Amino acid sequence: MSGQRRSLKKPFTYCPGCHHGLAQRLIAEVIEELGIADRTIGVGPIGCSVYIYEFIDVDFVVGAHGRAPAIATGIKRSLPDRIVFSYQGDGDIAAIGTAEIIHVANRGELITSFFVNNAVFGMTGGQMAPTTLLGQKTKTTPLGRDPQVHGFPFRLGECLSVLEGSAYIARVALTRPQFIRQAKECIRKAFLTQMEGRGFSLVEILSPLPPQTGA
Amino acid sequence: MEKILMRGNEAVAEAAVRAGCRLYFGYPITPQNEISEYLSFRLPQVGGVFLQAESEVAAIHMVYGAAATGARVMTSSSGPGVSLMQEGLSCLAAAELPCVVVNMSRGGPGVGNIQPAQGDYFQAVKGGGNGDYRLIVLAPSTVQELVDLTYRAFYLADKYRNPVEILGDGMLGQMMEPVAFREPEFPPLPPKDWTIRGKGSGPRKWIVCFDLDPKGLEELNLKLQRKYRLLEEQETDYDTFGDPEPEILLVGFGTVGRILKSVVREGKKEGLKLALFRPITLFPFPKAALFEKAKGVKAILVVEMNLGQMLEDVELAVRGKVPVFFLGHTGGVIPTVSEILEHVHGLLREEIRV
Repeated sequence: MSGQRRSLKKPFTYCPGCHHGLAQRLIAEVIEELGIADRTIGVGPIGCSVYIYEFIDVDFVVGAHGRAPAIATGIKRSLPDRIVFSYQGDGDIAAIGTAEIIHVANRGELITSFFVNNAVFGMTGGQMAPTTLLGQKTKTTPLGRDPQVHGFPFRLGECLSVLEGSAYIARVALTRPQFIRQAKECIRKAFLTQMEGRGFSLVEILSPLPPQTGA
Repeated sequence: MEKILMRGNEAVAEAAVRAGCRLYFGYPITPQNEISEYLSFRLPQVGGVFLQAESEVAAIHMVYGAAATGARVMTSSSGPGVSLMQEGLSCLAAAELPCVVVNMSRGGPGVGNIQPAQGDYFQAVKGGGNGDYRLIVLAPSTVQELVDLTYRAFYLADKYRNPVEILGDGMLGQMMEPVAFREPEFPPLPPKDWTIRGKGSGPRKWIVCFDLDPKGLEELNLKLQRKYRLLEEQETDYDTFGDPEPEILLVGFGTVGRILKSVVREGKKEGLKLALFRPITLFPFPKAALFEKAKGVKAILVVEMNLGQMLEDVELAVRGKVPVFFLGHTGGVIPTVSEILEHVHGLLREEIRV
């Protein structure tokens, strides 16, 4: 996926097979189609996708691990007429940043979060994430995730969906053309939810972690 | 000018609004809750934003986001809450984002207690988060000075693109004194051409607090160090009081500074030649001025509401030219004038040694 779109600035540098490039292309396309690139501010995570600000042609702020929703809150409260989104991996949003994302949703903060879930810590080399599936082998669960020891896969989307401040929560995959079209539609709905002032919106995007990392 | 009787915590909040602060993010903790309670009604009156965060961690990162937009923004807390903010403060320093943090410090370590103490000196002055960075740290000793330094804090934050910490303590936050809101005139600030507000028709910008390239990160660090040296040259501030040729120089900051002023006055009645040196900027520390002031004195007595933190900066500043003694209390125990005077007499009789 190279940057043929105006809203993409350069070819992606993610590992072959990783869905970050595809997810970010879809977000860039929706931003462009909604005509909001001039007033959109992205907030990046820490993790493989920390370089998202190099790819999508909008203003960006990147802070500490997991705090993107709090940073986005500060931006949105300062500039309420801007479109603000965070883009975070599962380690970032569902482990270290759990408190921030839950309270952003609970406040009904008018921001949109993209939660790219590959069920593992990618950038640090493949350790267990809260989203790691039962039995899944990672660098820190060499015998597979055992619920007696490691607890259960954390269903962040489901948790957020019961909060009154959440207006739109969706989970999508990018493994078939049909799914990709659906995902783009969900991304569009999430942005529209924010633009219509209806509350917090989040799209969980499932992604594989390609084997190059050794994970 | 009209003076109003105000509690320290409310005075710092009102001064922040008058200094142009329009966003506040914070989390309740004693003994500074009056700051957020005041701003919760005052900021909406001027079209500003008050938001109670879910934690101090979230609050400081909300500050990070708002600061990136170029708005004047602040938070406040005490001891354990400021500890939770260290991650964000390190990021704010790395990203060169201006903001003001008020620490009405309390007894530590750990949860400690809610009594006034100065045990957060190292954390504030030496950089409590990771990496090679500094906060600008201002230490008021009266409610009036707290007001005046709040204006200056927002100015310095914008001028140097650096977080500023106002290091008070529970006593300063809770005490009531008459204050005047004298709006200071500062030189014009450089334009905020770095802010993130959506790219509009111009090229896009970004603000990050990392650089994975070793040379790039070293360059950022060297740039920060140049800024800190400039601060030392241009912004160092202190107060002196008492005998122009003192036998013993008393050194203390914040609340202790005002106690030491009483010691100087009481000592004079007893025929003692005492003077006070009170750093107002804890970073940059007024080391050159202190070195000069220490010339010819018999001894320096550092008094703190901790067990010897600023003491280390005083020792570095005087470079062994003068013996430096220390008297400290902590945990909410406040040094008294008579106790300090007794200590001074002991020094003069050479009963107390380094």
